[in-house]
Amino acid sequence: MSLKVPILKLYDCLIVSIQWELDDQMAMMFQEDLLSKLYETEAKGIVLDLTFVDFMDSYIAKVIGDAINMATLMGAKVVMTGLQPSVAITLVELGIHLNSVSTALNLEKGLEQLQKELGV
Amino acid sequence: MQKKSSVEIVTEWDIVAARQLGRNKAKEIGFGTVDQARITTAISELARNIYLYARFGNIHIEWIEEGDKKGIKIIAKDKGPGIEDVRKVLEDGYSTSGGLGAGLPGVKRLMDSMEIQSEINKGTTITITKWLR
Ligand SMILES: Nc1ncnc2c1ncn2[C@@H]1O[C@H](COP(=O)(O)OP(=O)(O)OP(=O)(O)O)[C@@H](O)[C@H]1O
Ligand SMILES: [Mg+2]
Repeated sequence: MSLKVPILKLYDCLIVSIQWELDDQMAMMFQEDLLSKLYETEAKGIVLDLTFVDFMDSYIAKVIGDAINMATLMGAKVVMTGLQPSVAITLVELGIHLNSVSTALNLEKGLEQLQKELGV
Repeated sequence: MQKKSSVEIVTEWDIVAARQLGRNKAKEIGFGTVDQARITTAISELARNIYLYARFGNIHIEWIEEGDKKGIKIIAKDKGPGIEDVRKVLEDGYSTSGGLGAGLPGVKRLMDSMEIQSEINKGTTITITKWLR
């Protein structure tokens, strides 16, 4: 029943857009897929778009936060984009701070930011 | 609209079912998108705690009214191991499972009220409410 989160490669970046509600297994699978795709493609950056995510609990936030940390460890730059106001509010009220993560308002700005951070 | 409904928590996917039911109820009652997200998140945290710490349980969701106030009440009930120190689990960062420990203190901040009843080896009942403003 689990659907995979599609991961696209564009030049030297991976573009990931989470389009539907993740259950626990999808979230874990996403983490693994993202890291193996990063390894295979030798991409330098990742834009993680959350425009369609309308809620996040501590588990999903932890999986996504961990995925970002792991990708950073592997040497990639990650920009998270499109967080809805309601999701940003609930995350902060829950007490979850994704402080070290680079963010942008939307996918387009995120790509621009990533290009800048990568120095291209 | 049904005033009460509930979801048995048995598998991981029941966590998804419980929060979807909660979101639909919250929408029907008239909560805006931010409150819908708060309520959905709170239910997800409680359902996951049941699944992780008690294995089985039940999430009960109902529409409540008091005078001209409308709101939502959620009761998460299990017959699991119980919580030894209720004050401690309300501290940010306290976790026995390597989680963020944001769950229960977070739920308290997301909702208007939270009440924890727990007895060792008997189980835990957590009741949360939110009023429409
Ligand atoms: N239904 C329950 N039955 C027994 N113990 C519980 C129950 N719910 C919570 N607890 C205990 O309370 C602690 C704190 O719960 P809380 O949800 O705040 O954090 P967590 O589940 O450990 O981490 P997080 O929710 O951030 O992933 C848990 O580690 C667990 O020991
Ligand atoms: Mg928890």
